Amino acid sequence: MNTESNAMPEPSGVATMVPAAIPTSRLLYWSVRRELWENRSIYLAPLAVAAVLLFGHLIATIGRAMAIADLAERQALLEEPSNFAALVIMGVAFLVAVFYCLDALYGERRDRSILFWKSLPVSDAMTVAAKLIIPVVVIPLLTFAITVVAQFLMLLLSSLALLGSGLDASILWQRAAFFEASVGLFYHLVAIHGFWYAPIFGWLLLASAWAQRMPFLWAVLPPVVIAAVEKIVFGSTHFGRLLLNHMSGGPEGAKFPLDANAVHALEHLSPGSFLLSPGLWIGFALAAAFLYAAVRLRREREPI
Amino acid sequence: MACIEARGLRKHYGATVALDGVDLKVEEGRILGLIGPNGAGKTTALKAMLGLTAYDGQLRVLGRDPWIERHRLMHEVCFIADVAVLPRWMRVWQALDYVAGVHPRFDRAKAEGFLARTTIKHGSRIRELSKGMVTQLHLALVMAIDAKLLVLDEPTLGLDILFRKQFYDSLLNDYFDHSRTILVTTHQVEEIEHVLTDLMFIDRGRIVLGCSMEDFESRYTEVTVLPQQLAAARAFRPIYEREVLGRTILLFDGVDRGQLATLGDARTPGIADLFVAVMNLQPGRTQGAAP
Repeated sequence: MNTESNAMPEPSGVATMVPAAIPTSRLLYWSVRRELWENRSIYLAPLAVAAVLLFGHLIATIGRAMAIADLAERQALLEEPSNFAALVIMGVAFLVAVFYCLDALYGERRDRSILFWKSLPVSDAMTVAAKLIIPVVVIPLLTFAITVVAQFLMLLLSSLALLGSGLDASILWQRAAFFEASVGLFYHLVAIHGFWYAPIFGWLLLASAWAQRMPFLWAVLPPVVIAAVEKIVFGSTHFGRLLLNHMSGGPEGAKFPLDANAVHALEHLSPGSFLLSPGLWIGFALAAAFLYAAVRLRREREPI
Repeated sequence: MACIEARGLRKHYGATVALDGVDLKVEEGRILGLIGPNGAGKTTALKAMLGLTAYDGQLRVLGRDPWIERHRLMHEVCFIADVAVLPRWMRVWQALDYVAGVHPRFDRAKAEGFLARTTIKHGSRIRELSKGMVTQLHLALVMAIDAKLLVLDEPTLGLDILFRKQFYDSLLNDYFDHSRTILVTTHQVEEIEHVLTDLMFIDRGRIVLGCSMEDFESRYTEVTVLPQQLAAARAFRPIYEREVLGRTILLFDGVDRGQLATLGDARTPGIADLFVAVMNLQPGRTQGAAP
């Protein structure tokens, strides 16, 4: 239509300039950032639990210890090592990750906001990738940071209690092996929560993309049905056992040390054999298949 | 290159046919109104063009296949699907940050400028805004994107008359510049009548009328006649008749307006009146008072 000059309001040099495409890393950054805006429980839930545990430590351990008059007994109680806090924070973070995944591709269809997200130049693959990064990268790293800070504060409080009682705090730090315990925790979070559980999160995202209602049932029922059919038809329980085995925390050498003997536990870590275990790679293949299906479904599914 | 080009576009949901072989071509710089009764396939047609639904047949939007390349297409296409799609948990500043983060053609200063004219606060959550304010926000976001095609599906649904008027005014004054194309569907035909450059009626998945507004004005004439003139007027074969307060209003297609003016008050019909007439001509429809 308007071939004549004054058609465009901008100066001609600017008008003809084509804006550069946005790099993938920046698209991913904003996609992850918007997930954190929407799902604040990702960081609020573990933070709240850490705060409660810290308070509990103050009351239950330090309060109780200071009430004991006998200094040797008091020292024994304060030096009792514990991985309890790490376990609880991890458990909560895992639950948050599960419920996050179940809602990730379902909620946006239910509230029709998918029509807004799809009006922007972000591909379905990018969106699903960002939603996978939350449970396999963001939540483990957050869990690590929160746990380490909480455990450090607990040790600090115990040390203050010991020093205040005129006792030596060095044995406490030796036993707790703060650095080794943190390395072990980091390894566990990356290996198990990030890598080993990837097919679980992939499956949950797929259920979330598939379900027209009740994504939780869609996530849980198929494996239960498969296990039941196997039991009825073949009389065996391979599938169920495989599943439970996978969920219970992976191959030996990457499990979280429950006995709290961090120094000892570090010696048992074997990243090499973990990375070579077929279970891990079969899991990755399954995760890739689930995620591919989730990307396709996100393109096809319409608002509910 | 046409902005939108469809040939034999088909879509069915189970046994229900939503699009039954749509052919259309929209050139750049037009403002096209796609008008049709409920369930006529308007929204399905728009969804197909935006890559939101799969389809059979040929469809190219700005030279791309929307189903395969939605995310690339969205660099140059904007849409407001309906008023309620902005995520309710989002804050206004987050919406601005996010769109600025992912859209290379988004001009944040422009969006801030549009918002400054409203009472919308940056810290508000979208769920706290009124329906009209959400639409204002969405429009501010969309108008700050330098796109080639803007698609609006019932953009003013549920808004009061002040917002509706303002909506189209800002669209025309602040956005449309004759190089962009706008495609709009609405039930409030009267509102967009003076805005459109092109008109398209869709019924049961088919395009039943497509013309430019210039053609529309030269082709259709509406005449109000007194009862004594009725027989003479009918000789020109009106496509539709209706009675208002004892007079008959007849609608003619392709009859010289000079001739019709001798029978009574002749003028260009409203789009709504033509719509009723055209729908009435469709085989199998019985609505309205057919002569």
